[in-house]
Amino acid sequence: MVLLSPSGDVALQQRNLLIASTVLMLLIIVPVMALTVAFAWHYREGNKKAVYDPSFHHSIGLEVVIWSAPLLIIVALGALTWLGTHLLDPYRSVSRISASKPIVSSVGDPMVSGKPLVVQVVALDWKWLFLYPEQGIASLNEVAAPVDRPIEFRITSSSVMNSLFIPALAGQIYAMPGMQTRLNAVINKAGNYEGFSANYSGAGFSHMRFTFKGVDEGDFSAWVDKVKKEGGSLNRADYLKLERPSEKEPVRYYNAVDADLYDAILNMCVDRAKMCMHDMVAIDARGGGGREGINTVMRLTYDKAVRRGTGATQQATFVTALCTPADAYGFGSTSAANAKAAAATPRLN
Amino acid sequence: MNSEHNPIEAYPHWWRLLFGRFTLESLPLHEPIVVVTFAVVALGGLAILGALTRYKLWGPLWRDWLTSVDHKKIGIMYMVLGLVMLLRGFADALLMRSQQAIAHGGAEGFLPPHHYDQIFTAHGVIMIFFVAMPLVTGLMNFVVPLQIGARDVAFPFLNNFSFWMTAGGVVLTMMSLFIGEFAATGWLAYPPLSNIAYSPSTGVDYYIWALQIAGIGTTLSGVNLIATIVKMRAPGMSMMKMPVFTWTSLCTNILIVASFPVLGAVLALLTLDRYVGTNFFTNDLGGNPMMYVNLIWIWGHPEVYILVLPAFGIFSEVTSTFSGKRLFGYASMVYATVVITILSYLVWLHHFFTMGSGASVNSFFGITTMIISIPTGAKIFNWLFTMYRGRIRFDLPMMWTVAFMLTFVIGGMTGVLLAVPPADFVLHNSLFLVAHFHNVIIGGVLFGLFAGIYYWWPKAFGFRLDPFWGKVSFWCWVSGFWVAFMPLYILGLMGVTRRMSSFADTSLQPFFVIAALGALLIACGIAAMIVQFAVSILRRDQLADLTGDPWGGRTLEWATSSPPPAYNFAFTPMVHDGDAWWDMKHRGYERPLQGFKAIHMPKNTGAGVIIAGIATVFGVAMVWYVWWLAAISFAGAVAATIIHTFNYDRDYYIPADEVVRTEDERTRLLARAVANAPAPAQA
Amino acid sequence: MAQSHTAAADDGALHFYVTDDEHGHAEGGTMLGFWLYLMSDCLIFAILFATYGVLGRNYAAGPSGADLFDLKLVAVNTSMLLFSSITYGFAMLEMDKGDQRMTQRWLAVTGAFGLAFVGLELYEFAHLIHEGATPQRSAFLSSFFTLVGTHGLHVTFGLIWLVTLMVQVHQRGLIEANRRRLMCLSMFWHFLDVIWIGVFTFVYLMGSLK
Repeated sequence: MVLLSPSGDVALQQRNLLIASTVLMLLIIVPVMALTVAFAWHYREGNKKAVYDPSFHHSIGLEVVIWSAPLLIIVALGALTWLGTHLLDPYRSVSRISASKPIVSSVGDPMVSGKPLVVQVVALDWKWLFLYPEQGIASLNEVAAPVDRPIEFRITSSSVMNSLFIPALAGQIYAMPGMQTRLNAVINKAGNYEGFSANYSGAGFSHMRFTFKGVDEGDFSAWVDKVKKEGGSLNRADYLKLERPSEKEPVRYYNAVDADLYDAILNMCVDRAKMCMHDMVAIDARGGGGREGINTVMRLTYDKAVRRGTGATQQATFVTALCTPADAYGFGSTSAANAKAAAATPRLN
Repeated sequence: MNSEHNPIEAYPHWWRLLFGRFTLESLPLHEPIVVVTFAVVALGGLAILGALTRYKLWGPLWRDWLTSVDHKKIGIMYMVLGLVMLLRGFADALLMRSQQAIAHGGAEGFLPPHHYDQIFTAHGVIMIFFVAMPLVTGLMNFVVPLQIGARDVAFPFLNNFSFWMTAGGVVLTMMSLFIGEFAATGWLAYPPLSNIAYSPSTGVDYYIWALQIAGIGTTLSGVNLIATIVKMRAPGMSMMKMPVFTWTSLCTNILIVASFPVLGAVLALLTLDRYVGTNFFTNDLGGNPMMYVNLIWIWGHPEVYILVLPAFGIFSEVTSTFSGKRLFGYASMVYATVVITILSYLVWLHHFFTMGSGASVNSFFGITTMIISIPTGAKIFNWLFTMYRGRIRFDLPMMWTVAFMLTFVIGGMTGVLLAVPPADFVLHNSLFLVAHFHNVIIGGVLFGLFAGIYYWWPKAFGFRLDPFWGKVSFWCWVSGFWVAFMPLYILGLMGVTRRMSSFADTSLQPFFVIAALGALLIACGIAAMIVQFAVSILRRDQLADLTGDPWGGRTLEWATSSPPPAYNFAFTPMVHDGDAWWDMKHRGYERPLQGFKAIHMPKNTGAGVIIAGIATVFGVAMVWYVWWLAAISFAGAVAATIIHTFNYDRDYYIPADEVVRTEDERTRLLARAVANAPAPAQA
Repeated sequence: MAQSHTAAADDGALHFYVTDDEHGHAEGGTMLGFWLYLMSDCLIFAILFATYGVLGRNYAAGPSGADLFDLKLVAVNTSMLLFSSITYGFAMLEMDKGDQRMTQRWLAVTGAFGLAFVGLELYEFAHLIHEGATPQRSAFLSSFFTLVGTHGLHVTFGLIWLVTLMVQVHQRGLIEANRRRLMCLSMFWHFLDVIWIGVFTFVYLMGSLK
């Protein structure tokens, strides 16, 4: 049972909370079940020795106990919940590597080399794309991370809602189009672990699985090298082909990843004809695009929906990309727009 | 229908005008399971229609049942509808259990994902909307007016109409099995998946219109029962003298009126997205899919309590009756119910802690959820101490009650566990969650409904249900439940998620096989229940209830005959005590034998069937884009409603001599009961 | 209820049933029931307002309320609905006096104002759609059209109902059943007025602010 013996510290703490809550509740559940059986047996009609007292239907003392016993349990559990929820907030960087290994030593030296490993995750129909911005690589349906180094996942989706879940590592978080969620975790034991989507997303959902490889620091470098050596390119055009629905995709590596690809995916403007979400949000924050904005829409062939139903490719309407002096042909956002993106990206929290 | 091309494009223009997007390819002739099912359903249907014609029952059926405004008959029709749909919903469950028991390690099983996904969606929708809701509404309809000493509900015609709207929703859902397809989105149809871009076929439209039509019926029936309980209680029955079942019904109907409009509104917004191309829940042009998730759960969580509160009411009535004691802590029971009613609106976000709302929001909703377990716990204790120093008769309703208490506490515990956000992060959408909500819905709601059916069956039909087959059914159901769902708890802890049609890992298979065996045990329980109904009807003379009070009841419904006359009570009872009928029996009540007067009653009308029927046609037309038919049927429904308002002749008097005849018959039956034996249950 | 209960207490003996009254039918149940229905309808509007609150500034780089709304037109429109509420009030006063002819007249005036309201709203919608500001253009416009349109649909049904009732009053006069129905429509009509105040303030006035 992977949830009860996980290999990552976050999942371990979640398990501890699970067990503590269960024990706390059993304090009241077990007596109730025992009393139910005992009363049902003892006061059965056939047992003439049992006291029959139809007038016993009210007792202030007993009622106080009845209400306060669950209350006490819930007060304890509520406190545990408040603490646990804040400490294990997936948006918060991990505060320790494991119970015995803090992130910072007692004299203040960082015990872990470097910053957390950033992995950008995109849920596609029906496969997972992982991008490593620092390493400039990406992989499909496989993700690797060094043991005992904090990992920060930044998660989005290309079409519908999914949920990124690696039970051995940490709890899940939803992947939603046009939005970014985060998950911080750390793996403590080397090994290959199962990861999958935990939120139903259509016909190929059952096969939307990937391998999470927890590896030693050296092996991680070797994995990165392997990806760099074996991988192909992943530019915007490649991505648009990749995001079309498909199932049971083999593991694939990419060594030349467009630097702004993840940002474009998150802002739903991999197709350069579309306006990026951050631009749209910025315009809306200034009061919209005015009457001139009425007709800045165009119809695009929307092939993410292929194989999702009876229709072939569907036409859908989008807002067209901005045409600025610096980018007169609409080929890409300027660096200024990129800087703004960080502030304006619509995301949770 | 995975084809890359759209078959409708091969059809001529006139066809599209006439039939919308319906094509011959919409008939699932290539799916053998569906074809066989259709053959069986069609044969069964023809047999029933044939029998009705053969025995000339169409007239009586129309006059006495379909157009009836009698709350008792409407209640019974709801129960029949719910039990029939239980068979359909359970067939879906069996298909899922066998698919998941087979499809491991590369095997794809016998259901392709496209079909499997529709099945789990239909299973959820049917079990909640068309099994649990009709059964709950049916019992409330039947019992509440009797318990408060009323002759009918506040709006008898509306009651009939509500029922037929629910039936209209059922018709649409069943139709989707044979014409077109049902939603493959999960029972709450989250966008963007349920939006037109990702679910372009008829499935989600069937879902939308079935729920919209049934939802209107449910809301109106909620309005009706609130007005009934508030305005029509017998003299002397103050709020704190109301039977607990009536209390829980009141709270449930308040929840219905205060939550079903939310469902209607959010479905209407999804409808606009799908039909008009608006951008409420789309990814682009400013839409926000998370809005849908919030709104639908603002309805969805109260819905859970809509189902379970009446079950709590049933357990209260049953425990007190069969323990031969007044309910322990009546006042705290009432307050607990009210507290649950209010709190049920403050917990909806616990269904999606994993959408990243942040720690403070998550812990707020987690803790409010836990707080609900305090009044619920108090209720359990109240039942426990009602049994304490009682003299418990283990008839079937009481057996279901004890099984409930032992089962439900486990479901409650796992529920509180899921309310701890960090624990939910690992358990969300897992089979642990599936096991949890089946644990509370089967162990709480369904066990309660069974207890209620066994408890009030004699009141409805004048004879008890056969105890032997009832016990067979009971043991199959209860053991089947545990065998079917304990493996799912374990699988959940193994990190297995729900809605999977196949599994790579073969080590999971044994657990799924055990769960499938559990489902088979439950199937035996259902079969035994059907046998029990048949046997009881055959042996109805031996099982007859002549007294109208077979269990030594405490509330007013037991004061009248079984089955009750159309007018329920010849004279309106006057209430002096919470356990009104118990009080009457113990303080020398004597049944009035003369002085009967003509009784004012509402008249039956076919308007409900007709308007709801037209509304259903409208739903079908909308699903298939048959715009001319949609326009005509919409106008037709409005016109039929207006015409109905021109009918001022809505009531009549049951003549006094008919009342005398009915009451004399009861006098005779009571005398026979006394002659037969000392009433066995009069403890 | 209370009466029969005290009657029982008065003569000292225990009564377990009522012999004299025609009980068992809701008195005033229709008004309560209709109130409950209105509350459920109010909830639908609450959801639409909430939706507008969430999506109302998602212009998708398109036009905002300030760009589109013609406040003068909406002010005229609002006054139509407010006047119709007042005239409905007059109709009810006449109904209480039992003057059928005057009741009908005021109802007709109410209907005329209501019709003007719906007409102006349709004109506004047609104008917006003609300009390209369709419900499909942005989430803001989706929620705007839906909220305002749902209110307009309610007024339309109110008008159909009004005509139906005028026919029924004409046929049968101000009998008890018709009075009750007029009371229900009165609640419905004033309820729509209250909703419109919310729409006017929340959507039009606040939406016109830059």
